[in-house]
Amino acid sequence: MSGHSTYEPKNPLAKWFDKQLPILSMSYDFMVFPTPKNLNYLWTFGGILSMCLVIQLVTGIVLAMHYTPHVDMAFSSVEHIMRDVNYGWLLRYIHATGGSMFFIAVFVHILRGMYYGSYKAPREILWILGVIILLLMMMTAFMGYVLPWGQMSFWGAKVITSLFSAIPFVGDWVVTLLWGGFSVDNPTLNRFFSLHYLMPFVIVGAVALHIWALHIPGSNNPTGVSVKSGQDTVPFHPYITMKDGFAAIVFLVLFAFFVFYKPNYLGHSINYEIADPLKTPEHIVPEWYFLPFYAILRAIPDKLGGVLAMAGAIVILFFLPWLDTSRVRSAKYRPIFRQFFWLFVIDVVILGFVGANPPEGWWITVGQFATAYYFAHFLLIIPLVGLIENPKPLPASISESVLANHPKGEPAAQPAE
Amino acid sequence: MSTLDSHDSERRDFLYIGTGAFAAVGTAMAAWPFIDQMNPDASVKALASVEVDLAPIEEGQSITISWRGNPVFIRHRTAKEIEEAKSVPIADLPDQDARNANIDDGSPATDVNRVIEGKEKFLIMLGVCTHLGCVPVGEAGEFGGWFCPCHGSHYDTAGRIRKGPAPENLLVPPYSYASDTLVKIG
Ligand code: HEM
Ligand code: FES
Repeated sequence: MSGHSTYEPKNPLAKWFDKQLPILSMSYDFMVFPTPKNLNYLWTFGGILSMCLVIQLVTGIVLAMHYTPHVDMAFSSVEHIMRDVNYGWLLRYIHATGGSMFFIAVFVHILRGMYYGSYKAPREILWILGVIILLLMMMTAFMGYVLPWGQMSFWGAKVITSLFSAIPFVGDWVVTLLWGGFSVDNPTLNRFFSLHYLMPFVIVGAVALHIWALHIPGSNNPTGVSVKSGQDTVPFHPYITMKDGFAAIVFLVLFAFFVFYKPNYLGHSINYEIADPLKTPEHIVPEWYFLPFYAILRAIPDKLGGVLAMAGAIVILFFLPWLDTSRVRSAKYRPIFRQFFWLFVIDVVILGFVGANPPEGWWITVGQFATAYYFAHFLLIIPLVGLIENPKPLPASISESVLANHPKGEPAAQPAE
Repeated sequence: MSTLDSHDSERRDFLYIGTGAFAAVGTAMAAWPFIDQMNPDASVKALASVEVDLAPIEEGQSITISWRGNPVFIRHRTAKEIEEAKSVPIADLPDQDARNANIDDGSPATDVNRVIEGKEKFLIMLGVCTHLGCVPVGEAGEFGGWFCPCHGSHYDTAGRIRKGPAPENLLVPPYSYASDTLVKIG
């Protein structure tokens, strides 16, 4: 897969250029990169995520041309974007919906990795870079949500920054440092704007490393069986570019549905009320993509404990490659794990509902059970199932499994040479 | 070290460690301004104090004022509320520290330590839940004091945490009486 480029520029100008800066041969290698021929549509979400990042960057940069990061003007500058700026409503709705679409895509992408064992050797670094990108996305989205300076912006910022006050000894110092004052206020808004502008570019860098790390072993695939020969692969272009392109368009249809028909469905109407530092809304909830983690925070009736559990829920993902004891990657051949995988998905959805509801009555109990199950999945179920499970026989190669699905010799994709 | 005599290698080690030490100290010193600029600036610190006239607040009434960007609750407590707060044994309190900036650190959280002696009627404290900073709702919760809707913390009629995730009593800010009814906060 790696090794010397086979690209030979014919044009003398290209030849001269590529010799000094081999960006042409790098791009060529990228396009012909051998990719398993059995990838399904779950493998298109990497491309969709890259597209989401570009959409957020472009809409964000133009929004920043009209937005004012000051507590007295932020809210009205967003209304100004909505009412006065040409197509401002569209740009803002694309950006706000884009945050949610980004998270839909990243959750599918992560669950795909969990189902097909893509985090296992030789792709641990690739997986870890992915978890880092998730953390960066969460920080970016959190700070972006503060910018319109509505009630939910303000109180979300207050509660989330206050999480740091749980750190023993230095907690209060850290929170004051984050706020630049005695509460969330203008200095906080200023710095969040600066960082919200910066972080997506840090994500771009992390994505570059992520793709670099992908191109060393190459993609995993639905069988989890490693590529054995050129028979197992197709070149990235045109096969994968077409498939990714088609999936991206379907995804954009869903995206456009939200932008044009339900632009506020994924947000909270109370954020159209200007921030009031003296009054907390009756029911504060984070954006939907944070709900499972918020539920974990509230499940523990202790401040530090809750904060540690919430942070742990993400940090544990870093260790997944070493918690999994099974040598088989794909859940397709792991009958027991496959069921636990779906139980885990259901558990996260339940946590989401718990996070959306007030911490009262039986929601508390459900939240505590679901939190315990979340951690048990990683710390007990994954290590144990790998030891006791009897995996189904693996196909000898990707080609063999593809042919088994096309018994009458129906043409599958052409192999790459 | 066959090609160097020991004298030379000592010199190199010294230079190596010396350079490293200077680089480390220099980096730390250069980093500090970039960290400290995040701390509250002079204009934020200047918003130090506010004065409030307590005379118009009837018994059983509360007001909320803004001090340094945070809400401060001022409640004219009823005799019943004071009685309730006084009757609670200290041992029943999750946080037994008075959290009152006007008295010695670590004083027990008795009712009188939550206010200024002789002025027990007026409870003055930050309206910032010690859990994650929401503003609790007055005359609510299981102890008739304040209830924080964010994650369900219950405070009693002296603003002391009784139940829920909040670890501390509501903080009492520094304040003093300029006259019988004029109070200066901060
Ligand atoms: C990782 C990519 C990004 C994510 C996930 C993200 C997320 C968000 C979210 C959730 C909001 C709140 C939307 C609302 O409710 O109004 C927001 C607002 C904002 N973002 Fe971003 N953003 C990203 C990239 C960027 C970039 C690259 C810029 C600028 C260079 C930017 C500039 C802004 C501005 C000016 C606002 C305030 C205007 C508004 O509220 O619509 N964002 N962002
Ligand atoms: S902020 Fe008050 S209970 Fe969490």
